[in-house]
Amino acid sequence: MTHRAETLRPTEDHPLLRVALIAVALAFLGAFLVLPLVTVFHEAFSDGLAAVWAALREADAQSAIGLTLITAAIAVPLNAAFGVAASWAVAKFDFPGKGLLVTLIDLPFSVSPVVSGLIYVLVFGLQGWFGDWLRQHDVKIIFALPGIVLATIFVTFPFVARELIPLMTDQGREEEEAAVSLGASGWSTFRRVTLPNIKWGLLYGVLLCNARAMGEFGAVSVVSGHIRGLTDTMPLHIEALYNDYQYVAAFAVASVLACLALVTLTLKSVLEWRYGDEIAAVHHH
Amino acid sequence: MAALAPARRWRNPSALPGFGLSLGFTLFYLSALVLVPLAALVIRPWEIGWSGFREVLADARVVHALLLSFGASFIAAAINTAFGLLVAWVLVRYRFPGKNVVDAIVDLPFALPTAVAGIALSTLYARNGWIGAPLSEHGITVAYTPLGVVVALTFIGLPFVVRTLQPVLVEMSREAEEAAATLGATRFQTLRRVVFPALLPSLLTGAALAFARAVGEYGSVIFIAGNLPGISEIAPLLIIIKLNENDVAGASAIGVVMLAISFVMLLTLNLLQAWSAARK
Amino acid sequence: MSLTIDSVSKRFGSFEALEGVSLRAPQGAFVALLGPSGSGKTTLLRILGGLEFPDAGSIHFADLNWLGVPARARRAGFVFQHYALFKHMTVAQNVAFGLTVKPRRERPPRGEIARRVEELLALVQLEGLGKRYPSQLSGGQRQRVALARALAIEPRMLLLDEPFGALDAKVRKELRVWLRSLHEKLGLTTIFVTHDQDEAFAMADLVAVMNAGKIEQYGPAHDVRSTPRTPFVLDFLETRAN
Repeated sequence: MTHRAETLRPTEDHPLLRVALIAVALAFLGAFLVLPLVTVFHEAFSDGLAAVWAALREADAQSAIGLTLITAAIAVPLNAAFGVAASWAVAKFDFPGKGLLVTLIDLPFSVSPVVSGLIYVLVFGLQGWFGDWLRQHDVKIIFALPGIVLATIFVTFPFVARELIPLMTDQGREEEEAAVSLGASGWSTFRRVTLPNIKWGLLYGVLLCNARAMGEFGAVSVVSGHIRGLTDTMPLHIEALYNDYQYVAAFAVASVLACLALVTLTLKSVLEWRYGDEIAAVHHH
Repeated sequence: MAALAPARRWRNPSALPGFGLSLGFTLFYLSALVLVPLAALVIRPWEIGWSGFREVLADARVVHALLLSFGASFIAAAINTAFGLLVAWVLVRYRFPGKNVVDAIVDLPFALPTAVAGIALSTLYARNGWIGAPLSEHGITVAYTPLGVVVALTFIGLPFVVRTLQPVLVEMSREAEEAAATLGATRFQTLRRVVFPALLPSLLTGAALAFARAVGEYGSVIFIAGNLPGISEIAPLLIIIKLNENDVAGASAIGVVMLAISFVMLLTLNLLQAWSAARK
Repeated sequence: MSLTIDSVSKRFGSFEALEGVSLRAPQGAFVALLGPSGSGKTTLLRILGGLEFPDAGSIHFADLNWLGVPARARRAGFVFQHYALFKHMTVAQNVAFGLTVKPRRERPPRGEIARRVEELLALVQLEGLGKRYPSQLSGGQRQRVALARALAIEPRMLLLDEPFGALDAKVRKELRVWLRSLHEKLGLTTIFVTHDQDEAFAMADLVAVMNAGKIEQYGPAHDVRSTPRTPFVLDFLETRAN
């Protein structure tokens, strides 16, 4: 019989090499991913549970949490509607400029979050295109909720669309065509034929959209005005606390978002594992 | 739903309804929320004219910020390319306990809000932090230096290379490697001449994605960087500072440069993906 | 320089792919391993090529303890069903691969390699296509490149794993004739795996009918065909292969 090294198949790496590579990979991931995550919770609970609770119940923190939730509650459904509409148009029809449309949808991913906020300041800010008009009518967009929602929408609108477009394209048009030939109306077809097919992909996209919406920092930072208790979302509140040297409080609020991140990751994994085929033809991030 | 509108010649008529509504809504949404505001950005700097534009960009502080953003992003992308390849390889080719958890956690930078990552990294790499302290003893300072910027950008770009490579590695059949072995190649030769070139387009795509993301990154960087002008101040922060100083035109000038780079990256990515597809 | 396979067994987890398989073939024979999927024929071929290792048994060829020789030293040219061409390399680079990975001392100079590649391309009737990429070739052409690539290393034996399986019927028939004539020209010991009996009997000198990890019958092609010796073989040969 032959000895160990020679019973290694040609496409297998030597066991020692394997162990070494795994160790290096884990060390890298440990240092860059795990340690920061652990730090968040470690710092948050360094003064005990009571301190965390106090930080979260504090008035400004409460309004920050509220603002974050409202923003997400507005932005995510709107973006979901957009995502569905865009994928319906792209997947079920042929028209010139389709490629351009899809590229435009991808745009926010390439644009810096700060620039994403800047553009709304340029349109709605005091020196912006509508600045005078808005001031005359006492409508606040920048430095108020509408601005925050707009900036959040910009940054997160691709998520659902990018998830659904490949999925719906892959699923084809036949089922919908069959339904229409049987006399179903457009809405009926969508509700009873398309929606069941895309529900997991839609959920997946909404999940990612929500995670980003709640966590958006750069874009919101530009448009919000940082008015504590009024226009600070959770990420901005964290920044304010940290810059004030209130580290425990900052990390306490941060740990809530970190938990949200972990829940998102878990749900994401579960969805991918159980419904992988129904989520995407090809995965893009 | 109403019957089809009179056949439009510019597209194939389809049996399915809802084209007008869906496309209309899509275009409206895109125009109102995306295109018009972006147009504002592109138009705004011209208020100060071409010379004003050049003046803003010639300012040493601005030049440094742009160089830092691009330079650090490049280095971070390079680090992520090397380690991302390693991580993807290990996740696809090897088995070890806890692999599924490790796989899931690679997405953390996507899911974790940048501000949270920012303060965590800042604390971790501070002089008395868990990583910062031992590094300090060896004379390496991370916080408040460009190195800190690189660290933060490495964190933010980590998933891109891994996630771009994984499906390619999974799909890659081992037969090419087996063929190389039967033809006399050593394992190293096989990896170098058969496996690596097959991965190269995806590797570059992932690297480009990581780079594009890093260039515009704000939240995870500003805490660890310390934002010392001329040293560790990134371009996006400079935009905000100028806005706070009411220098809207100046902010827009930097914004336009960053937007231009975004478009170039988008174009590069499309080209890379076309190259990838042509190889099949 | 004959091939002797002696009581080779291989199991994957709880699945017995090969159970005590033995076979002898003289130098230069064209042997077909014929059987349904799961019969173990591909496993046996891969063991011959060094891509798998048996749990028990021995193999000798060219007076070598075949199993003691690592895959890259065996010089067993392997042709895969889906060609396994290197997509990022040109046809010429593919064919030259086995020559360019040789250790420096043994490697022929560049001019010599180029000459040999041209010769081989002519042999497989693909002259002038050296600069093309695999994606620009038809299935039949790709398989011929794979064959040329395997021949470039001057192999001791040729191993073919259902090489025509991915091609359409017409191309299959053409390549069948062509491969047989190539074999007559080169005289290499050739082991050919297939589930298509027409293919097996058209090309091979010796046919081994395999089932569930064992050889049901082995002998000269006309013999096996005219005189099935086990119920399985009788049944298998009666069922027209598609």
